Amino acid sequence: MQNRHFDVAVIGGGIVGTAVVRELSRYTLRSVLIEKEAEVGWGTTKANSGIVHAGFHDKPGTNKAKYCVPGNALYPALCQELDVNFRQNGIFMVARTDEEAELLHTYLEQGRENGVPGIRLVNAEEAVALEPNLTKDTKAALDAPSGGVVAPFELATALMENAEDNGAELLTETRVEDIAWDGTSFTIQTNRGSVTASHIINAAGLFADRIAAMVDDTSFSIVPRKGEEYLMDKAMGDIVERTIFPVPTGWTKGVLVIPTVDGNLMIGPTGETIERRDDMATTAEGFAQVYQNVKTLVEGIDPSKVIAPFAGIRAASDRGDFVIEPSSVCPAMIHAAGMESPGLTAAPAIALDVVRMLQDQVALTKKPDFRPRRRPVVRFHQLSREEQAGLIEQDARYGRIVCRCETVTEAEVIDAVKRGGRTIDGIKFRVRAGAGRCQGGFCMPLVMKILSRELGIPMQEVSKRGGETYQLKAAAKQFLTVEEAVQ
Amino acid sequence: MKTIKTDIAVIGGGPAGLAAALAAKEQGAALVTILERNEELGGILQQCIHHGFGLHRYSQELTGPEYAQRFIDEVETSDIDVHLETMVLEITQDRVVYAMNAKDGMMRIEAGAVVLGMGCRERTRGALRIPGHRPAGVLTAGAAQRFVNIDGYIPGKEAVILGSGDIGLIMARRFTLEGAQVNAVVEIMPYAAGLTRNVVQCLDDFGIPLKLRSTVVHIHGQERLEGVTIAEVDDSWNPVAGTEQYVPCDTLLLSVGLIPENELSLQAGVEMDAVTGGPLVDHRMMTTVAGVFACGNVLHVHDVVDYVSEEAEVAGSAASAWLQSEKTQVPDVTVKAGEGVRYVLPQSIDSRGEAKLFLRVTQPQENVVLDIGGLFQLKQRVVRPSEMIQVKLSRKILEKLDSNAITISVAQEVKAVG
Amino acid sequence: MDKAFYVCTICPLSCEVQLEIEPDTKEIRKISHNRCPKGKDYAIKEFTSPERTLTTTVAIEGGIHPLIPVRTDRPIPKPLMHDIMRVSAQVRVKSPIKMGDIVVENVLDTGANIIASRNM
Repeated sequence: MQNRHFDVAVIGGGIVGTAVVRELSRYTLRSVLIEKEAEVGWGTTKANSGIVHAGFHDKPGTNKAKYCVPGNALYPALCQELDVNFRQNGIFMVARTDEEAELLHTYLEQGRENGVPGIRLVNAEEAVALEPNLTKDTKAALDAPSGGVVAPFELATALMENAEDNGAELLTETRVEDIAWDGTSFTIQTNRGSVTASHIINAAGLFADRIAAMVDDTSFSIVPRKGEEYLMDKAMGDIVERTIFPVPTGWTKGVLVIPTVDGNLMIGPTGETIERRDDMATTAEGFAQVYQNVKTLVEGIDPSKVIAPFAGIRAASDRGDFVIEPSSVCPAMIHAAGMESPGLTAAPAIALDVVRMLQDQVALTKKPDFRPRRRPVVRFHQLSREEQAGLIEQDARYGRIVCRCETVTEAEVIDAVKRGGRTIDGIKFRVRAGAGRCQGGFCMPLVMKILSRELGIPMQEVSKRGGETYQLKAAAKQFLTVEEAVQ
Repeated sequence: MKTIKTDIAVIGGGPAGLAAALAAKEQGAALVTILERNEELGGILQQCIHHGFGLHRYSQELTGPEYAQRFIDEVETSDIDVHLETMVLEITQDRVVYAMNAKDGMMRIEAGAVVLGMGCRERTRGALRIPGHRPAGVLTAGAAQRFVNIDGYIPGKEAVILGSGDIGLIMARRFTLEGAQVNAVVEIMPYAAGLTRNVVQCLDDFGIPLKLRSTVVHIHGQERLEGVTIAEVDDSWNPVAGTEQYVPCDTLLLSVGLIPENELSLQAGVEMDAVTGGPLVDHRMMTTVAGVFACGNVLHVHDVVDYVSEEAEVAGSAASAWLQSEKTQVPDVTVKAGEGVRYVLPQSIDSRGEAKLFLRVTQPQENVVLDIGGLFQLKQRVVRPSEMIQVKLSRKILEKLDSNAITISVAQEVKAVG
Repeated sequence: MDKAFYVCTICPLSCEVQLEIEPDTKEIRKISHNRCPKGKDYAIKEFTSPERTLTTTVAIEGGIHPLIPVRTDRPIPKPLMHDIMRVSAQVRVKSPIKMGDIVVENVLDTGANIIASRNM
C-alpha cells in the first residue's frame, strides 16, 4: 500500500463510513476505506439496536433531527438496491402513566415538526388491540409507522461490497496512526505503511476525536457510552410486531423491546458513560436493569430465552449532537462523527450531505457505469421448499446444511467468504451461521473448516473476529510432542 | 422434489435412532428410514471416545464409538435405509418429513410413523448470561470434545471448566491427557453434577480442583480469553461479594446443561413437558401427535446411554406396532412427579399392561424410599439427581391400581438402615 | 499414622473409604468408612497399584476423520497414563482399520495393547 494516492480516504468502516464510501463510488474518484478491524461494521455498528428510527425523538434544529427523517426515507430503496433485509414494522412509544401519556403530545408535535410521516396518537384500547402483549398499564401510545428494523452489520457489509464493485478500495486491519497535511494532501500513516489522500472523511466512530486531533482539530471529543443488549431466541420473536419504546425519562431513549429483522427479539440497551473505549463487557446489573424495564412495557418476555448478550459503545460527542462538517482547522477533512442514536438511521442522509460538502471543495463527476445493485444474496431458509429443491439441483452445496438452527447452507457460507467474510463472526453476521440458539456449538467447526479451505489458511489461523481471536491453539497432541522435544 | 414413502422415519442416527430403527424392524416394519445429519451414524457417541458405556446393557465398559459400532454393524447388515448428511427441515402433523441432502436434493418423505431422536444441544454462555467480554476461547465442552477427538485440534493450553456435568469432567481429563492444564472445574451446586466415578477418574486422578458452590462471574480478555473471575455463591446462587478470585486461562469450557432439541417436534405440534424440555409421551413413547414417537435425549437428558437404547427400543417397536394396528393400548393412567421427584417419564401409562418408569429426584439423599402411588415402596440407599432411576410396574401391581393417576414421591425411610 | 481417602466408584453410594497407613512401611493398618467389602478391595487396589483404562486417539490416513479413537485393551498402571499418551502421539495408522485391531502391541511393556475402538 506504500505511497498510493487516493482522492478520498474514508477512515472508519462503520455504517457511516461505508455509506459514505458507497456514495463516493458513484463518482470518478479513487477512494479508499481504511478500517482497523478485520472486516467492516465491527465496531459500534455491529452492536447497534438495528432500529431505523421514525424521527420524533430529536429536537428540531439539531443535526439528529436534520438527518433522521431523510435517512429513514432513504432506507426502503437503499435496502432493496443492496438486497438487505429491512422491515418497516413501525414504532410504538408507550405511555404507562397519565403523566407519560401527556408527554406523548410533545413527541407528536416534535415528530410533526420533523416531518415524520403518519405519526399519530392511539388510545390504550387501540394500542393493546394492535400489540396484545403490552402490559395492562398501557395508557396510550405514539404510533410511528415509518419506523423499521435492519441488520446494521449486514447493511454495512452490503454498502462496502457495492462500493468495491464500483471501484472503491478497502484496507482492513489497517490502523491510522498519524496524519500529516501539507496544504494539498494528507499523508496517512498506518500500521501497514502510508497512503496519501486529497481529502479525508473522518468516520472513525469512537476514535473520531483522535483522528481530528491528528490535524490539530480539537473542536469536539468523543464521550463513549456503553449499551448492553440481550438477543433472545426466535421463540420470543413474535411477542410484538412493532419496536416498543418507553417515554424517555432521562437523556436516552430508554430500554426497548425490539423484534429484529431476523425474527429474534432483542431487549436493551442500557446507557452508561464509560472511561475506556474498549469496555464492551456485559454485566449482571445491566441485564437486571434491562429486564426490569422491559417487563413494564411488554408481558411474557422470558429471561431464560436470552441467547446472546452483547454490548456496544456509542461514539457520542461532547456536543450531544452529530458532528457533520468540514474541519474548521483543516477543511479537506470532513467529519462525520459524534454518532449515537439515530446514527444508523441518519447514515444514508449523512453520506449524501458529506458528498455535497466535498463537492463544495472539488468538482465531482458521476460515473456513467455505476451499478447500484449488489449481486443478490440467496437466503435459503426464506425460500419455499420448491425453490430450495431447485437450488440444490443447480448446486449440490445448497444440499449441505452447515448451521442447523438457522438453516444455512454450505453454498451460502462460501458465498459469504467470496463477498469478504474472513472470520467466524464475519460469517455469522453475514449469513447467520452460528447466530441461532446453539450459538455456533454445532456449526463453528464446520464454518471454520470452510473458512480454512476457502481462504487457504490452517484451522489454527481461523479467527473469531481478527487480531488474536483464534479459537484453536494447536493440533491435537501437539502439546505432548512439544513437551517431549523439550525434554 | 423426490417423494419417498416409508413405514417408519427415524429422525437422527445417534444411539436413540439406531436402537429405535432396529427395534421397529424387529417388530415387523418393512421400510425403515434413518435420516442423519452427520456424515456417519453414531451421533454424539463418536466423539465420546472415553469408556464407561454399556455397563447395564452389556455388563462391560465400552467406549462411545464401540457402543455405537455394535448398533451400526446391525443396521448395516439389515435393510434399513440410511440417509447420511441429511437435514430434516420440517415434520408435519400428518407425518410428512421434509429432508434434504446434496445427493438426493429435497425429499418429501411420507412416513407411516415418525420416531424423533434428534438428541440435545448444549446450553451456551449466552443462555447463562455470564458477564464480561466476548473473547475467543469460550466454548461448550461438547464443541471442544469434537475439536479434540474428531477434528484433531486442541482449543487451548490452560482451561477452566464451568459446570461439573459429565462432559465437563470428561473434558477436564481429556485436556490434561492432551498436555493442557485444567486450573479448575467450577460448579454452582453444592455437589458435582456428573457421576462420582467421573469426579474420581477425571479430576481426582489429575489433582484438578473442583470448586463447589461457585461460579464464573466475569470473563476477561478483549481478543483471546485471558482469565475468569470466579466467586462463591449463596443459597440463592448469587455471587458473594469478597469471594472473587481471578483464575488465568486461555480457554473456558461450558458444561452447564443440555437442552433437548425439539424445534422440529414443536413444528409437528407435539406438546412439551416444561420440566424435561421434551415431549409428553405415553408408555409407548408416543407423543401427543398420533404416530409421532420420541426417545433418547430429545425426550429427556439421560446420564447413561444404555437407558437411551432401552427407551428407543420401546419407541421403535411401539411405532411399528402402532402402524400395524392403530388400536394399540391407549394410556389410561397419568403419572405425576410428587415430593422430591423432578420428573417421571412416561407421563401416562396403560394400566392393563406393564410399565417402566424413568425418574429423577430433585436432590441427593441417602436412605429414602420411593413411594409408587401408594402401590408399593422401593428402598433406595442413595438417590442423586444425576442418576436416573428406573422403576418397573408389573401387570400384577397395576391391576391393584384403582385410580387414574399415580404419583411418585421420595420419602425419608422411617427406620434408618446402615 | 497417615491417612488416605478413596471415593469408591463401584456403586452409586460412593463411600469415601479411609485407609490408615504406617508412615514408614506404607502398610495398611486399618480400613474404614466402606459400607461393603467391595469398597475395601477398591481402596486397597487404589492405594497399592491403581490402574486405569486409557482412551485416546491416533492419527489415521485415509479415514473419514483425521483421528481414530483407540484404547488400551486392559487397564494400565495409572502413573503410566501420560507416557502412553506420548506414545499415542507418535502413532500413525492407515485406513481401513477394524474395531479391535491392535495399533500398538504391549505398550511400554505393560502387557496391554492399544486397540482401535471403531471401524474406520
